[in-house]
Amino acid sequence: MASAAAGGGLVIGFYLPGAARLAEAAAAPTRLNAFLQIGADGKITFACGQAEMGQGAHNALAMMIAEELEVEFKDVRIEQGGVDPAFGNPRYSGFKALGGFQATGGSSSIRNVGVPVRRAGAAARAMLIGAGAEKMKVSQQECVAEKGWVIHKPSGRKVSYGAVASEAAKIAPPPEAELKLKQPADFKVIGKATKRYDIPLKVNGKAIYGIDVKRPGLLTAVVARCPVLGGKVKSFNADGAMKVTGVKKVVEISSGVAVVADSFWAAKKGRDALQVAWDEGPMANVSSPDMYQSWAELAKGSTAAERLKVGDVDAAIATGAKRVESVYEVPFLAHSCMEPMNATAHFKGDSVEIWAPTQAQSWNRHWVSQATGLKPEAITVHTTYLGGGFGRRLESDYAVEAVEVSRAAGNVPVKVVWTREDDMRHSMYRPASYNVLSAALDANGTVIAWRHRIVGASILQYFKIFAHLMRKDGLDPTSVQGAADYFPYDIPNVYVDYVNNNPGVPSGFWRSVGNSQNGFILEGFVDELAHAAGKDPYEYRRQLLAKPPAARLRAVLDLAAEKAGWGKPLPAGVHRGIAAHFAYGSYCAQVAEVSVAKDGAVKVHRVVAAIDPGWVVNPATMALQTESAIVYGLTAALYGEITVKNGRVEQSNFNDYKALRMEEMPKVEVHILQGQGDQGGGGEPGTPPIAPAVCNAIFAATGKRIRKLPIKTELLRA
Amino acid sequence: MISFTVNSKVHKLDVAPDTPLLWVLRDTIGLTGTKYGCGVALCGACTVHVNGEPVRSCVTPISQVAGKRVTTIEGLSRDSSHPVQKAWIAEEVPQCGYCQSGQIMSAAALLAKNRSPSDSDIDKAMSGNICRCGTYNHIRKAIHTASTMMRKGA
Repeated sequence: MASAAAGGGLVIGFYLPGAARLAEAAAAPTRLNAFLQIGADGKITFACGQAEMGQGAHNALAMMIAEELEVEFKDVRIEQGGVDPAFGNPRYSGFKALGGFQATGGSSSIRNVGVPVRRAGAAARAMLIGAGAEKMKVSQQECVAEKGWVIHKPSGRKVSYGAVASEAAKIAPPPEAELKLKQPADFKVIGKATKRYDIPLKVNGKAIYGIDVKRPGLLTAVVARCPVLGGKVKSFNADGAMKVTGVKKVVEISSGVAVVADSFWAAKKGRDALQVAWDEGPMANVSSPDMYQSWAELAKGSTAAERLKVGDVDAAIATGAKRVESVYEVPFLAHSCMEPMNATAHFKGDSVEIWAPTQAQSWNRHWVSQATGLKPEAITVHTTYLGGGFGRRLESDYAVEAVEVSRAAGNVPVKVVWTREDDMRHSMYRPASYNVLSAALDANGTVIAWRHRIVGASILQYFKIFAHLMRKDGLDPTSVQGAADYFPYDIPNVYVDYVNNNPGVPSGFWRSVGNSQNGFILEGFVDELAHAAGKDPYEYRRQLLAKPPAARLRAVLDLAAEKAGWGKPLPAGVHRGIAAHFAYGSYCAQVAEVSVAKDGAVKVHRVVAAIDPGWVVNPATMALQTESAIVYGLTAALYGEITVKNGRVEQSNFNDYKALRMEEMPKVEVHILQGQGDQGGGGEPGTPPIAPAVCNAIFAATGKRIRKLPIKTELLRA
Repeated sequence: MISFTVNSKVHKLDVAPDTPLLWVLRDTIGLTGTKYGCGVALCGACTVHVNGEPVRSCVTPISQVAGKRVTTIEGLSRDSSHPVQKAWIAEEVPQCGYCQSGQIMSAAALLAKNRSPSDSDIDKAMSGNICRCGTYNHIRKAIHTASTMMRKGA
């Protein structure tokens, strides 16, 4: 096809003379497998199926594939991959109906998804060696791969990856059993602190997040959702909304009424002018104080799902010299990602295209398939950068909503943007719980019995993808995570059970999940036992972690205490608290240095963290993620509380759901203990220990024990 | 019609005068580097410079910007060469990065007025910018690094 150029000359469009076309075709990169393309120039393109939300997954996985592929990291270009069974997490095999488990969460990108990524690199390396040997007419066995070259060792002859990529693509990859992954002693890329590729894009406004997506003809929608949790639309009047300049349509969808406009501001003004009558539903009578009261009653009952039983707790408690009993309460928590929920969708009748900052591409596809009747193959999910994820974007509500709006508005591309208030009030929250703990100490102060009853909300009640993991008696493994699945302390009689009770507040995955509340509870209660025994809290924990199964946790406890100078003098008014917890394969201990002012204001001066994540791909990222997890948990400990009044979430924005700010930020040191065991995760393990470390320091400072979060300064007034 | 300059380019726009500058930048002009985080000037993600002063664009009606010079993250430099941007890269500050446009604009405004900010100056200037990934210590370090660069004439 040809077209006339402005100057009157003839411009050739798609047709190219033969030689030029061949050159173009040769210049196109060759795809070796789902993860890798190699250009004629030898440049590697790595398609990463995990989402990048600042945790450095893209970069670390690229380092791993560069390692196996025997190329330099600087020669790898990283791009976001789509939904592909090859990108699934191999640890979770029971999700074939969803096309595999492709989601970014559970601190699993490196330790789980890293395995197929490395295998893909090793397979490509083998194919390239095969093609290189073929080209040089030598034996494969005499060839090695190094820095993007296939080298014939005896003669020194070599061919570049780029020169043999298209031939390599025709070679069958070796069977998995024959793939040889590199040994740590031979690592050239893995283990080195490496600068992240996305950093330059995030200092000049070029990084595209979901909220930034642009499409031809894109409209923007803001959704009116019932202020009462679970409520529905009864009727609505769009007259006022339609009068707002820029508003194009008002459509009803499952979650409420969408005002569709040419811009966000017009959509928001349109929603302000929208009149909706709501069918509020049963949650209109539910308020937070009632929840805790009802849980306190349930805690006394006899119906519970048993999770851990060691020895005979009742008998041991009866024989103990001293008994300690406490009640711990933790609230619902919002995620408060800096980028509010949003998604862009274009429903086309027989297919749909979605752009979203998502942690759950394959699950988004599943839920959109359920909502539309379209087969998953007809649903394309493009993953953008995420302005924070923290587990909130494992949900699919934002994706389904956008698809429904696009369809209802006439199959047009629409971006649904949530305001901060929408994001705060229509979420899936970290579950709240009410906990009764009792323990018995013998005459020496040693713990001989530990009983923990957890009463509260259940994630799996709401997160249907994992519904099959809920035991028939209501045991939700996420509710007891960190309280029973890995019980580190050497106590001869232990009993942990759970009463699954949901007052109607949707629950979801929040950074470190069950560990976030149970880490606080266990490390607070063991600190109480240390005090009851008259022992130093660090030494007391050391004793409880003396047996070999707890060696790695004890090692980080020792390292944190050593680096913090536990036992050494502190400035006047500053006190230390310690906590240690295992989560997602990693062991993390923290010492917090805290002072409490006369008016009860809490100041955290310094946090010393020690983490054992097994071996590390990018030590810089591991330290940054631990620090990030600490800040996330500290914010929650100081300010995090989602309360419900007559079914309405009371919090709305950063005025009443505060975030830690620069002026409150403590000094943080992270010490990484590497090398001994299986690889653990990086994104979440830093969160569970910070709340108890701070609260234990507050006890040391004031003699007041915090058993309920968030910390209330009025209770700490001198 | 409202006329104003963004990153040295003049715009004459027919938008409602109460439209926040943030949404004129993002939706009307198409510069998405400035972010929406809260809409009520509590988080700082929307920070831009108006006549060189840091301003929360989410609560600044476009009428207030008539005749003024607006600088967004895209206009801070042509090629990420502003000392603050160079320092941010050197110190690997961003994690998810969503708050960082606002952080950088606040930091650049601080350093334009005060080449050698103390930690207390940094607290005052930067505590209006929230980072949920917790990069504060690295922001602080990068501001000191940028300060050194600027005093050395970078």
